[in-house]
Amino acid sequence: MKVLDSIRYRIAALFQRSPRNAEMEEELRSHVQHRADDLERSGLSRAEAERRARVEFGGYERYRQESYEAGGNHFFERLLQDVRFGLRVLAKSPGFTVVAVLTLALAIGANAVVFSMLNGLVLRPLNVPGAKSLAMIEQGRDGAPMQSYPDYLDLRERNRSFDDLVAYQITRAGLNTGRDAAPAWLYEASGNYFDVLGIQPYLGRFFHASDEHGANSAPYIVLSYAYWSSHFGGDRGAVGRTVQLNKHPYTILGVAPPEFRGTELFYAPDFWVPLVDQEQVDGWSGLKSRGNRDMEVVGHLKAGVSPAQATADLNSVAAYLGKAYPKEDDGMSFKLARPGLAGDMLGGPVRAFLAGLMALAGLILLAACANLGSLFAARAADRSREIALRLALGSSRKRILRQLFTEAVMVSLMGGAAGLAGSVVLLRWLSVWQPVSSFPVRVPVSPDWHVYAVAVLLALVSGLLFGVVPVRQVLRANPYEVVKAGSTGVAGRRFTVRDLLLATQIAICAVLVTSSLVAVRGLVRSLHSNFGFAPQGAVLVDTDLDMAGYSGDRVAIMQRRALDAVTELPGVTSAGLIDRQPLGMGWNTNVVFKDSVTDMKVSNKAADAYQYRISPGYFHTAGTTLLMGRTLTWHDDGKAPHVAVVNAEFAREVFGSVAGALGGYYKLQDGTRIQVAGIVENGKYQTLTEDQQPAMFFPILQMPSSSTTLVVRSNREPQQLVTPLQDALYKLDAGLPFTITTWTKELDTALFASRVATVSLGVLGVLGGMLAVTGIFGMAAYSVSRRLRELGIRIALGAQRREVLGAALGRAFRLLAFGSAAGLALGLLATRLLSLIVYQASPRDPLVLFGVVLIMLLLDLLAAWIPAQRALKADPLMLLREE
Amino acid sequence: MGEQAQILPGTLDLLILKAVSLGPLHGYGVLLRIAQITASALMIEQGALYPALFRLVRQGLLKASWGTSENNRRAKFYELTVAGRRRLHEETDGWNRLAAAIASALAARPEEI
Repeated sequence: MKVLDSIRYRIAALFQRSPRNAEMEEELRSHVQHRADDLERSGLSRAEAERRARVEFGGYERYRQESYEAGGNHFFERLLQDVRFGLRVLAKSPGFTVVAVLTLALAIGANAVVFSMLNGLVLRPLNVPGAKSLAMIEQGRDGAPMQSYPDYLDLRERNRSFDDLVAYQITRAGLNTGRDAAPAWLYEASGNYFDVLGIQPYLGRFFHASDEHGANSAPYIVLSYAYWSSHFGGDRGAVGRTVQLNKHPYTILGVAPPEFRGTELFYAPDFWVPLVDQEQVDGWSGLKSRGNRDMEVVGHLKAGVSPAQATADLNSVAAYLGKAYPKEDDGMSFKLARPGLAGDMLGGPVRAFLAGLMALAGLILLAACANLGSLFAARAADRSREIALRLALGSSRKRILRQLFTEAVMVSLMGGAAGLAGSVVLLRWLSVWQPVSSFPVRVPVSPDWHVYAVAVLLALVSGLLFGVVPVRQVLRANPYEVVKAGSTGVAGRRFTVRDLLLATQIAICAVLVTSSLVAVRGLVRSLHSNFGFAPQGAVLVDTDLDMAGYSGDRVAIMQRRALDAVTELPGVTSAGLIDRQPLGMGWNTNVVFKDSVTDMKVSNKAADAYQYRISPGYFHTAGTTLLMGRTLTWHDDGKAPHVAVVNAEFAREVFGSVAGALGGYYKLQDGTRIQVAGIVENGKYQTLTEDQQPAMFFPILQMPSSSTTLVVRSNREPQQLVTPLQDALYKLDAGLPFTITTWTKELDTALFASRVATVSLGVLGVLGGMLAVTGIFGMAAYSVSRRLRELGIRIALGAQRREVLGAALGRAFRLLAFGSAAGLALGLLATRLLSLIVYQASPRDPLVLFGVVLIMLLLDLLAAWIPAQRALKADPLMLLREE
Repeated sequence: MGEQAQILPGTLDLLILKAVSLGPLHGYGVLLRIAQITASALMIEQGALYPALFRLVRQGLLKASWGTSENNRRAKFYELTVAGRRRLHEETDGWNRLAAAIASALAARPEEI
């Protein structure tokens, strides 16, 4: 307690040296001197005169004190006094103080972390000027935040609600800045991107709309500040230098300011490139295809235009597009979304999840307050003698309450400070966390003053909240009775506020435990659900041949050579190729039509199917089961008739049944007739939570793609395969950038959301459990200590262990049972919300129900163990002698 | 000094205001002045003066400043503020009414009822 002591002395010194105090002393002394002067004049010696003067003055100390009290508003002095006294009292019961501060630290820390995430992802707008008026245009039909480039141009021309519109796309390219080519992440952005967003360059200049002169006409890149710092060491001479982008020369125009990290919160790009260069950057260009929707479109709403007006305006454009381009845009509509989280696609679930998490964190704080409230009430009861004595000595009730509140707020502020410190550490770590290996995810949650303010506010509010619990007790305290009887009297049989608090707290904890169990269960299930492939043991080599300058026929030749080289490696049992693996970062869907359809309007489609291009051997290597027909072979090339393997869901949706699909024909939008060669099992393609989706697999020779993922299976450890794979590919083409990971690790991406959800809910559940333990422990320990004498007498009179326990803890257990039941019921209601985010989170899972009951029971037993032991060991002789 | 009466609660403030209204005084001077104008009929413990003085300053009825006394000592001098003068008038009226009422009540004889 050395620290507390030193604080105490320092505060005391401050208090004593107050100038007002010194001045008052001087005035009183002056009075005594004047009186002594008079007395001396009447013939007394000076010493005798001063003595008499002091006597006549009366109780010097008392009047000094009264004068001081009368002399003004002593808020701060009294506060200091209260704090001093409070510190002394808290230091006297370190166990209580530590438990209370820790409880609050956990609760406030949890709230600070969750609020920080809410603040970073939802409350704080994008870091661009005038972010409030920024809106994103989404498809009205399916809420996809994606538009095609021709549609974007029409929207930009024809809308009357936006100042201007920008289009951008997240993509990856091979960037060679002088050493080796490495995959880098970027935005392809329309030329007006920086101008519309109102961003000023940190160095050099940005590209503008005037730089766009058709395909591949603007070989410029703008670096992000972070990439410039890490790859160019902050060299100002980098501007103007030429670098190789997918082996094309590009000039570095400038560097973006450090605070601007693009128009998506979760993604920090390495650089920006004009959208017109798409062919060079991506290896192909969809800029001319109206059906190719892969661009996000945002813009500032014009001043005075409401979102509703803008939506109406956009939909009149949609009506025009539908009429002018019925093939692609039939039945089109638009809506607005908040930019920053890929519109409502990510934003919706993220916002819902964070709101839910915030509510749970709030519950934690509430439970902590209930916990501390009952602790403080119990302490006030224990201190009833002290309080009664102070009342009897003339202290006002107001003063005593102030003192108690000061103590409560002190505890809460200490807890808040500790919690905030912990959360800052955690948030710093979260901000630099790279949860997904293949994609530069950024979690923008570094705490700012909003977070600090909220934490302090929560600490103060909770201090007042639990400080208020013992108020009634103090107001009703009758000093005379207490001093006479020695305690506040017998423990009442009826339920008190404290009981209610405990039951509430246990209910809240049960809610938290239930939610976290549901989430954990959901994750376990999602890990064991059928993906439609077997990721275990498979290694992925991810590359894009266009990053090394391959195009046309050379792509397929290189892919075949790479596959052959990999297959020949020792230990490799099979290898296959797919353009982008399912459950990865990107996906492609395409509309398909029944063979009988002749008018290829989108509204006539039979299905919207995931589209993959694969090599022979892919299904075997990926572990996808063939249900019927055949897999693809190298003979399914450009000269052979078009074929595809489809999944069972595709067969059901387009042909009505799995059996009926084999050998049947369907059409793509361009009219190509495809025959179904085989049917494979269903799988997961975009997210684990998706409904069963149709998918089709084309032979890569018939539908070429430079995007290449090699799937390799071997009888060796995946780690041992990395070096041979690198060597083999390097031998084929030293300039080809690629990444090697295991498929299991790659799946982190798909599981990311539910993992985050599970971890957060799990942590909150553990917190809830801990609060339940401390709450029950406090209550049980208190009720045992209050009734120890009675228990001793019972034991002396021959009560059995069971009866003693029943008397000591029966009430605690009844409250517990009631609270747990209520909490479980509430928790089951709450998990309905969870099932939106957590995969297969079923609230009616018997295992969850059983688990919750078991956990609450264990927690209760754990918490009640020590008090129960104490009750059983009550020695009647000792107890009776003490009184 | 003759027989002294206990001072009535609440009247000390009035006496201080009156004493100070006759000219600025330090604390001990206030006491002497009260003794003088009441012909030493009231018993006031010396220290009791100070809580009252501080209270009146806080209420804005008196203002205080440091100066040098006739004994050549540093002392704090009090004088009335405008609010203090107004309060003195009010309290004086109130006291006079109360005193008259009490006096007439105490003078009542059985035949007058």
